[in-house]
Amino acid sequence: MMLWIALVATAAGCYLLKYAGLAAPRSVLDNPWVQRFAVAVPLALLAALVAVEALGDGQSLVWDGARMAGLGAAVCALVLRAPFLVVIVAAAATTAGLRALGLG
Amino acid sequence: MRDSVGIGVAVGAAGLAFGTTAVTAGLSPVQAVFTSLFVFTGASQFALVGVVAGGGSLVAGVLGALLLGARNTLYGLRLADVLGWHGARRTVAAHGVIDETTAVTLAQPDRASARLAFTTSYTVLGTFWVVTTLVGAAATDRVHDIDALGLDVVGPAVFLGLLWPRLREGGPRAWLVSGLGAGAALAATPFLPPGVPVLLAACAACVALIGPAQSGSPIPADTESGDVGPGDGEEARR
Repeated sequence: MMLWIALVATAAGCYLLKYAGLAAPRSVLDNPWVQRFAVAVPLALLAALVAVEALGDGQSLVWDGARMAGLGAAVCALVLRAPFLVVIVAAAATTAGLRALGLG
Repeated sequence: MRDSVGIGVAVGAAGLAFGTTAVTAGLSPVQAVFTSLFVFTGASQFALVGVVAGGGSLVAGVLGALLLGARNTLYGLRLADVLGWHGARRTVAAHGVIDETTAVTLAQPDRASARLAFTTSYTVLGTFWVVTTLVGAAATDRVHDIDALGLDVVGPAVFLGLLWPRLREGGPRAWLVSGLGAGAALAATPFLPPGVPVLLAACAACVALIGPAQSGSPIPADTESGDVGPGDGEEARR
């Protein structure tokens, strides 16, 4: 039930954020601080999410060799400008393969 | 139209990943599809589900999702002029304001084609996103050993895929902001409930407010296949 409340709250909030943009006076966009913040916040959040989801386990930090190797494979795919699906499959396949071999 | 289909296929890949990640985190397939249908902005969805997976504070998860969703406000500001819709149309269109639809729409030369591009990309992307979420969720629901399939790496790999084009476009300051964000979140992890360290990382973004203006644009100028899911198009990719 709590999860449903969180999902509905996120849906409502995200919709209102989108609607606010369509309905707001255009002058807001001309504010350079608004522009800069809109670039920077996703950067910091996404980097934090990569780090925490790769290394975090609840409130502890763990180094899972197979998982980190999968992330390394994702980096390689991104450097090679592979399509998104290839990036994800390369990561999961690497991690799964190493675990199947009993490594990591 | 052809562009919309191309982007739709890329979005579909992200939808599969979202369905997988959501069910892995403990959402039911119904909840996963509800999220894709109504939240409809990929990065926020993945962020919320990541906190659920970590057993973290749902409040922190919702706040993180909303912070990530705030850039859609900026897209809406740009689209308002271009589309010129009011009333009921604007109410419906707001739901479709995400990275990809913004990119496709702003690339059009006039209002008529912009409206057509927005409607088409919104419809095609929305359909792909929801259907592939269902497929990913339903398939994962039948998988018992998540780790053996390497599905635990899907979440971080998705976020890395979203972060990458921003780093490539953003230059040294983008790396600085990202590094501080990741470092702050990891340092705080042992001391704060899951979800909160990620919010703390948003403070690292304040570094970007100091110093001279940077060149990066918050508006996606162009998208092509390789982009990912609603709300996650590669920004200003050339």
